[in-house]
Amino acid sequence: MPQRKPAKRSATSQALARIDRAAREAPAFLGRLFGAAGEAVDDALERLLGEPFAERMARVPLSLGSSGIDPFGLDPEWMKYVILAVATLHRKYFRTEVHGVSSVPTGRVLFVANHSGQVPIDGALIAAALFMDGEPPRLVRAMVEKWALSLPFVSLFFARVGQVVGVPENATRLLAQGEALLVFPEGVRGITKTFDQRYKLTEFGLGFMRLAIETDTPIVPVAVVGGEEQYISVANFEGLAKLLRAPAFPIVPQMFLPGGQLPLPTKYRLWFGEPMRFTGDPDDDDAIIEEKVWLVKQTVQSMLNRALKERKHIFW
Amino acid sequence: MSESANFRAAARVRMPSIPPASGGAVLVTGICGRLGKQLARVLHRERPVVGVDRRPFLDKPKDIEHAQVDIRRKKLKDVFRPGDISAVVHLGVMHDPRASSAEHHSWNVAGFTKLLEYVSQFRVPKLVVLSSANVYGPHPSNPQFLTEEAPLLGGQNFSDIRDLIEVDMLAQSFFWKLPETETVILRPVHILGSVHNAPSNFLRLNPICTVMGFDPMVQVIHQSDAVRAIELALRPGIRGIYNLAGPEPVPLSRYLKILGRQRIGVPYSLARIILGRMWSLRLTTFPVPELDHIRYICMVDDRRAREVLGFTPHTSLEDTVRSVDDGRW
Repeated sequence: MPQRKPAKRSATSQALARIDRAAREAPAFLGRLFGAAGEAVDDALERLLGEPFAERMARVPLSLGSSGIDPFGLDPEWMKYVILAVATLHRKYFRTEVHGVSSVPTGRVLFVANHSGQVPIDGALIAAALFMDGEPPRLVRAMVEKWALSLPFVSLFFARVGQVVGVPENATRLLAQGEALLVFPEGVRGITKTFDQRYKLTEFGLGFMRLAIETDTPIVPVAVVGGEEQYISVANFEGLAKLLRAPAFPIVPQMFLPGGQLPLPTKYRLWFGEPMRFTGDPDDDDAIIEEKVWLVKQTVQSMLNRALKERKHIFW
Repeated sequence: MSESANFRAAARVRMPSIPPASGGAVLVTGICGRLGKQLARVLHRERPVVGVDRRPFLDKPKDIEHAQVDIRRKKLKDVFRPGDISAVVHLGVMHDPRASSAEHHSWNVAGFTKLLEYVSQFRVPKLVVLSSANVYGPHPSNPQFLTEEAPLLGGQNFSDIRDLIEVDMLAQSFFWKLPETETVILRPVHILGSVHNAPSNFLRLNPICTVMGFDPMVQVIHQSDAVRAIELALRPGIRGIYNLAGPEPVPLSRYLKILGRQRIGVPYSLARIILGRMWSLRLTTFPVPELDHIRYICMVDDRRAREVLGFTPHTSLEDTVRSVDDGRW
């Protein structure tokens, strides 16, 4: 009996010591785990980009302060993870074909694209193409709806990946800094199109043209093919949408199939057109601005038509 | 003649050697606040300084005159009466969230109206009003950088600061009411330092509560930089509204990191309830609407101050942020 007691105590203390050791090592272990995950992210990005992420990021014309964050809240550290996700979609899932990205001017530029696909994957893919396939790589900024920035986490995420509130002051300031801006002049009307309306441009807003004239920015028309088939919307329940105060309520049958919540893996094709320049008075009458907008719209539409004609298959 | 005016007359006799740099004494309201004292220390080396505050001015430099009067009282007129005031700097804005709104209104609006009346009556050539970038208010739909022309929406969700906006508006009306007076309105972002204002007090907390899922970009300015901007605004020929910002903006979390504070993220709905309870139990000095400052952006474009006023902040981001710990007691 007297011999067992110390043995028992030592077992307890051993167990405690083990727990203690484990607790002490846990932060180091977690650190290693996160470190390894970070390295895995770096490796995966390097494979997709063909060069280390930091090198590519360094060539992006950005106005980062000494704190490493740009005045709009963009943080390159966050970008790494977002770009990995988007690059995977770009290269592996949608296997995007990119045409004409070399003719994109350096300096400030306004991309005007058709909007499609119920979910704005088209914007993400244009951004990925400009970062991964353009030289110098660009980080394109899109304008975010105001209400999105009153949501927790969403507002934080958008700010850190360089998306800004959609107000004219921000657009003007970004272009003055020489940044690239992406606009979808169709807006919600474009993205919620039903399948029968695919690749038919809806009405364009006029704001982007006034902005381009005011800041003397070249407009690059972009045609996105492949987005309309990712979620096939057969109808739009407008009454219900109004009731829910949502912009639209599309009926997408594939949603009811297992795995159909993911977009169909269509092959995306992005066509960047030649830059267009406009002059005049940004405060002209709508009628005069409309004519210029019509020119851009027709360019995007004809690029779309040509791209559709050249397309042999939706999925490859 | 009242006591303070007598004192003023005597003082002028005592120090005739100081040349009226750009015409004589500077009257500083709210001189007994921490910012006021700093300004007085900087200004009194160059030109006569007259302080007005209802608080006593302890450890006052000898050559500063201090009139301990309430700016709502008629007695204020006696300070102007000798006629040598060449500039008025209005720092004496009350922003005590615990004071009643009637008190706020009578002090900020009625008091300031009185002051303006004397500025116009005694033809004071310069008026500098320290407003704040808070008059624009934090909103999710704010442009990233608000210019001086942006609407003053600060009272939209925070009605207690409406009188501060009114002060700004009253000063603006002075541009055309009395064009011969050079009126300057300064709208600095959050002033940090030993001052006891809401942003400095917030950063003095430990741990600091933030709103979960929000990390807005925030601009701050060091108190010494704010003082320098006031000095620059006193130069002849300067008039108009100027936004003031310090070092480059960074996210709120970066400030907490610099200070090494612990951070507790609380969901907004919960934070509102807790803060509301604490407010009613007088456990906190932060009213609930101030939560918006740690949710949404309220940043200013200070290009005009840099170009016209010639203002550049001298204090680095780290020093600006760390300076809040100087004001602990």
